[in-house]
Amino acid sequence: MIIAERKPLEEIKNMLSGYKKILVVGCRTCVTICWAGGEKEVGILSSQLKLASSGEGNELSILEATVERQCEKEMVIEELGDKVQEVEAILSMGCGAGVQTIAEIFEEKPVFPALNTTFIGMPEAEGVWVEKCGTCGDCMLYWTGGICPVVRCAKGLLNGPCGGTRKGGKCEIDPEKDCAWVLIYRRLEKQGRLDLMRKYYEPKNYRAVQRPGRVEAATA
Amino acid sequence: MNREDNKIVAFCCEHSAYQVANKAGKMRLHYPDNVRIIRVPCAGRVDVQHILKAFEKGAAGVLVMGCQEGACQHLTGNTRAKERVKYAEDLLKEVGIDGGRVKMVNLAPDMAQRFIREVKEMTEKIEGR
Amino acid sequence: MAIHFREALKTKDFIVTAEAGPVKGANTEEILEHIELLKDRVDSLNVTDNQSSVMRYPSLGICLLIKEHGGEPIFQVTCRDRNRLAIQADLLFAYSRGVDNVLCLTGDSIDVGDHKEAKPVFDLDSAQLIHLVHTLNSGKDMAGNKLDGGVDFCVGASATPSADPIEPQLVKFQKKLDAGVDFIQTQAVYDLDELKRFMEHARKMNEKTKILAGIVLLVGAKMAAFMNENVPGIFVPQYLIDELAQAPKGTGLSKGIEIAGRLIRQVREEKICDGVHIMAIGREERVPEILEAAGL
Repeated sequence: MIIAERKPLEEIKNMLSGYKKILVVGCRTCVTICWAGGEKEVGILSSQLKLASSGEGNELSILEATVERQCEKEMVIEELGDKVQEVEAILSMGCGAGVQTIAEIFEEKPVFPALNTTFIGMPEAEGVWVEKCGTCGDCMLYWTGGICPVVRCAKGLLNGPCGGTRKGGKCEIDPEKDCAWVLIYRRLEKQGRLDLMRKYYEPKNYRAVQRPGRVEAATA
Repeated sequence: MNREDNKIVAFCCEHSAYQVANKAGKMRLHYPDNVRIIRVPCAGRVDVQHILKAFEKGAAGVLVMGCQEGACQHLTGNTRAKERVKYAEDLLKEVGIDGGRVKMVNLAPDMAQRFIREVKEMTEKIEGR
Repeated sequence: MAIHFREALKTKDFIVTAEAGPVKGANTEEILEHIELLKDRVDSLNVTDNQSSVMRYPSLGICLLIKEHGGEPIFQVTCRDRNRLAIQADLLFAYSRGVDNVLCLTGDSIDVGDHKEAKPVFDLDSAQLIHLVHTLNSGKDMAGNKLDGGVDFCVGASATPSADPIEPQLVKFQKKLDAGVDFIQTQAVYDLDELKRFMEHARKMNEKTKILAGIVLLVGAKMAAFMNENVPGIFVPQYLIDELAQAPKGTGLSKGIEIAGRLIRQVREEKICDGVHIMAIGREERVPEILEAAGL
């Protein structure tokens, strides 16, 4: 799922500077699960913005809404349609796709992102999410025992490890992070498939997904 | 919003703090009249948004009062409340409301004096004394 | 005039290379002094490439300077800052100006350097870079197009004998050797038993590649401890940090030179490796003393 984090409050306040009435919009999918932009977080941020602005003598008027999936046009229109005309700007607590969907539909209204969308990942422990997939469009998880070297190796090497691995198999950039290639070695060793790691991998096709990416289904 | 008022909202768990507040009233023990008691089935029922909303609506301080550690009727309600109070503290700090304006208090049902002291202390903090 | 490095690899008993580190700026005065000092004392001089991800005068520029002054340079290329197009182009340029030894490295991460917000490239890794050089040597570029004006590089790579765990590193090392490597310069070694164990693996993998033990000059206990924490691939054992700490005040550098000399002497006498690669980071002017301490 998509993992995001709320921007620092100062940054959000600066974006909203000069606006008096806004709509704060959450999403019930990925950002709810990673505690960044769900209905609850919409309520919390709205409270904080009201408290902050009233403290400065100019309280923000805030409408709140939460869409099932902020990246679906129909759902956004259904949930937000009539609220949008009452406000000057929209603060989206969705991921980057959600923000842009809203911006596309309501072109005359400024739309601001309250979150920084960070990666595709999963929960490692309660309240902790880690990056798993590099969206490279050329998945090689079969060859690496199910561990993605594109994002879990800090240098994205296909023939790892590099010579900078720290003692105990930790990554050069962060002693708290595992060297992905040590993880891959151990995983493949367990499966008796180290031959896959001994194989030489050609340079990656970095244009497997031409940005901006576009996928069309084979059938409608 | 006039935060020069010294209103305190006290979320009181009905198994402990609410009973204390009741008793203190019946015993005609004097406690400040700036506190508004809100009865909850457990301190764990209080969520972060409730605390923030209290400040939004004009409270200058919030107390979340539950059972003593290990004595929660719902087992972990008071522990969760403690974590949420900490989180609320951070959120309030982000908007310039800090200096201990929200506090978790653990009480047994017979701790009237403690109850009064906490309310007085919060009041003093708010009034800058 | 230094002999061609390829020749040195073939003919010399004990190969000695050293390193020249460019400064951050367009001033080549100081490095020129180092070049003059060392070019005839060692078989080849490496020039680092934005070492430790700190922006500096480029390796290729200094390699040209070394050539101009009659020395034999090794062009260090990392994959951190350039994609496959730029690397191929740089290699063509290097060769056209007589720089024909290349050391193929992955490169330190951006995070250890001084431009921490830069975009890391890593279009290739070190094994792929070695393959790329051979492709160019065969007269084609990576996309299969014929080259108008070929190249013929002597190819080197690195290894980390003190990596822990060592097995994944050995897998990578084998890939480098299989890709075809004329010489290996290892990361800093201090524990010679560990080096011997590594060399056992190495000799089984490939007898022909010349392996040079990396010797990094230590100048004091603090510096040694700092490097442990902050420089990727370097592990200084505690007993050496202690030996440095016990040296009388102001003699840290001499002690470091003594230690380096000692290590080199042992590597040579016990024939542990085919030579050494001396890295006196920031202290290039002391390399002649190290050579003396080593009896070279």
